[in-house]
Amino acid sequence: MKSMLNKLVLSAAALSVSGSAFAAGAVADEWKWLTFTVFGVIIAITMAITYWAARTTHTTSEFYAAGRSVSGIQNGWAIAGDYLSAASFLGIAGLISLYGYDGFMYSVGWLVAYITVLLVIAEPCRNIGKYTMGDILAFRNDPKKTKVVAALSTITVSTFYLTAQMVGGGVLIKTLIGIDYETSIIGVGILMLGYVVFGGMKATTWVQITKAVLLVIASLILVFLVWMPYGLSLPAYLQAVIGDDKVIAQVTKLLGDSAANMSKEELGQRFLEPGLFLKSPIDQISLGMALVFGTAGMPHILMRFFTVPTAQAARTSVIWAMAIIGGFYVLTLFLGTGAAMLVGPAKIASVDAGGNMAGPLLAQYLGGGADSLMGNFMLAFVAAVAFATIVAVVAGLVLAAASAMAHDIYVGVIRGDHATPKEQVVAARVASVIVGIIAITVGIMAKGQNVAHLVALAFAVAASSNLPAVFLTLYWKKCNTTGIIAGMIVGAVTAIGLVMISPNMTYPKAVIGAANKVLNGEPAVAAKEAKPAVERSSFMCELFAMDGCVLAKPAQAATLEKPAKPGAIEKLAGLNAKLPTMEAALPAITDAVAKTAAEADIAKVKKDIAAAEAAKAKAEGDLKKFEGQTTSMMGLEKPYFLLKNPGLISIPLGFLMVILGSLFTRDKRAEDMWDELYVRQNTGINAEAATAH
Amino acid sequence: MSNPNINWAAIDTNPKFQALHRKKTMFLWGLMIFSTIYYFLLPIGAAYYQDLFKIKVWGVVNFGILFALSEFVVAWVIAFVYSKKANAEFDAMAQEIINDIKAGA
Repeated sequence: MKSMLNKLVLSAAALSVSGSAFAAGAVADEWKWLTFTVFGVIIAITMAITYWAARTTHTTSEFYAAGRSVSGIQNGWAIAGDYLSAASFLGIAGLISLYGYDGFMYSVGWLVAYITVLLVIAEPCRNIGKYTMGDILAFRNDPKKTKVVAALSTITVSTFYLTAQMVGGGVLIKTLIGIDYETSIIGVGILMLGYVVFGGMKATTWVQITKAVLLVIASLILVFLVWMPYGLSLPAYLQAVIGDDKVIAQVTKLLGDSAANMSKEELGQRFLEPGLFLKSPIDQISLGMALVFGTAGMPHILMRFFTVPTAQAARTSVIWAMAIIGGFYVLTLFLGTGAAMLVGPAKIASVDAGGNMAGPLLAQYLGGGADSLMGNFMLAFVAAVAFATIVAVVAGLVLAAASAMAHDIYVGVIRGDHATPKEQVVAARVASVIVGIIAITVGIMAKGQNVAHLVALAFAVAASSNLPAVFLTLYWKKCNTTGIIAGMIVGAVTAIGLVMISPNMTYPKAVIGAANKVLNGEPAVAAKEAKPAVERSSFMCELFAMDGCVLAKPAQAATLEKPAKPGAIEKLAGLNAKLPTMEAALPAITDAVAKTAAEADIAKVKKDIAAAEAAKAKAEGDLKKFEGQTTSMMGLEKPYFLLKNPGLISIPLGFLMVILGSLFTRDKRAEDMWDELYVRQNTGINAEAATAH
Repeated sequence: MSNPNINWAAIDTNPKFQALHRKKTMFLWGLMIFSTIYYFLLPIGAAYYQDLFKIKVWGVVNFGILFALSEFVVAWVIAFVYSKKANAEFDAMAQEIINDIKAGA
């Protein structure tokens, strides 16, 4: 469970666990100049964009919504740039490279989410909204109350997502090129603040477009190089992938005991079949719900629809975004399987346990390898795109949080909508700096922390709190202020509460147990007889760890006795004892071939010693870190809520509370304004107009 | 925020607006329900109908891969169908309503 956790949520956590061990980075020292050159060029391009955008960013509408002058196609590319975060673009290729089919299946939900955005959210939001989600909710409800709740929810979702992006980004840059974590975070933070504060939404939009175009170009080149040798035939290509020994070795490793009586061919084919990674279907469905409903409630995605001139342009932009995002995820199938075949899952996982380096390593391989100019150029290019990605995504999030703070709270509530235009722009810039500084500080503080749950949380809160409120205020006549406030608070609190007691958190007992196993080894396991399948006692037992619960188990075949496994300490002692004798024997060997073989053996032993020492250091570090602790932050020894994603419970609850709150109270304004809201969202009459330049 | 020159309630009861509302609601809900069901068939199928997903259809390409790819195609088709319908029908209906208001005002 614990090991799966780091891998499942496509986020920084996997990076943060493994990245620290490779301070040197994936790029060798002699090629650093090339990497920095490519980085420099890309940063210079974005700086030029910001300089250009800053000249036309003076009013509030220009700062928050790029003067509503972004075209549908441009906005589509910007949405793709905003959405394809480093976690999704490096992470999904990585998951496919390690787990085959399940990784690809995982990517589907991220695209399907846009159907909700297209059908029910994009156009009404453009017709009703001004700058923020708060504007939409305040339309027919009590403006002050709903703006406060909407702003709090926006800031919460953005901060969760932002922290995950910052931590992931810091570790990613460190893994790639070996720059210190803190330096990376501060660098990302300052660059991003530069775009946002000076260039506002216009600069942010164009940085996102630039990054999306670079990402698509890089991926197309890689896929073309990978697929070309097979005449662009899908079956021939996949045949080669699953016939590869490295892939077969990975499947054998993943299947463990049950791989024993499978042929090589079956093992390879297994890579293209479900079940190597995603083991809990209910958790999968819960995650799917959070994606499908959460994306449409993400404040930085909603905000993108205020940048286009009309609802028709909003529609065009979602369609372009779906084409780009979907096309990109189809390409990841080739990137992932290509990396598995050419680089090998074992090597990918050795650089980063979550597989995030699959794409960059594939680029390096296809360019000619670690020692070639072209290989390192391609690696540097992909790394620079990853860097641009982090900066672009973070910029969008900071803008969303800053608009909630400045436009909803300061201008809407504190100043009661009486702020002068100049004051509003100043407030927006000040809020951006505040959010930016918070992002940098939180990013540095969260170094080495488990942030996997934050991505799950961001989507779950957006789906359980924002979406029910926005959806029902747009489509249900009876919806009112009380319902919205009740739904948003209950939805968010439930989602956060369930994640706090879920397997996403760190449970010291499990960590200490695993560390002890690494250090001291595992005792022998006696042979077991075959067991029949067990049925679960009730559905609720799949969700909560209640007393008397029996979980479903498939029938198990009889297993043979397993010998004890030595721990790192024992292994290390053995290896250290062996090394001097091997080295002492070396000068006596006269035969050249035997000598080379002996030298290779010594090198291998030295490598094993280094690996055992790293494992020992990590286990000892864990033991020290969690010494004396037996419970998680929430005082639990083990998770009480068994799913990693709370959506299954919190999303229906969010909807239910909006409905109940609305049914039990009456709100004259909400009823009076319904006709206007409904007519406007469908016709676009009186929608915020574009400012001409 | 509200514009005193427009009688919103009158537009809401306008038969043209009612027709737009009816058409749009039916169409959007139909697409939404279909896409949601089609999407959740993937994790459900991968978990409970593995034998089906393992059937090789095209060389080593099995039903599961084709089904996952079909999710992309279905999403794109929905986007295409919706945009066609909205561009051709909904926009025109909305424009007619707007024209009526302008003529009446």
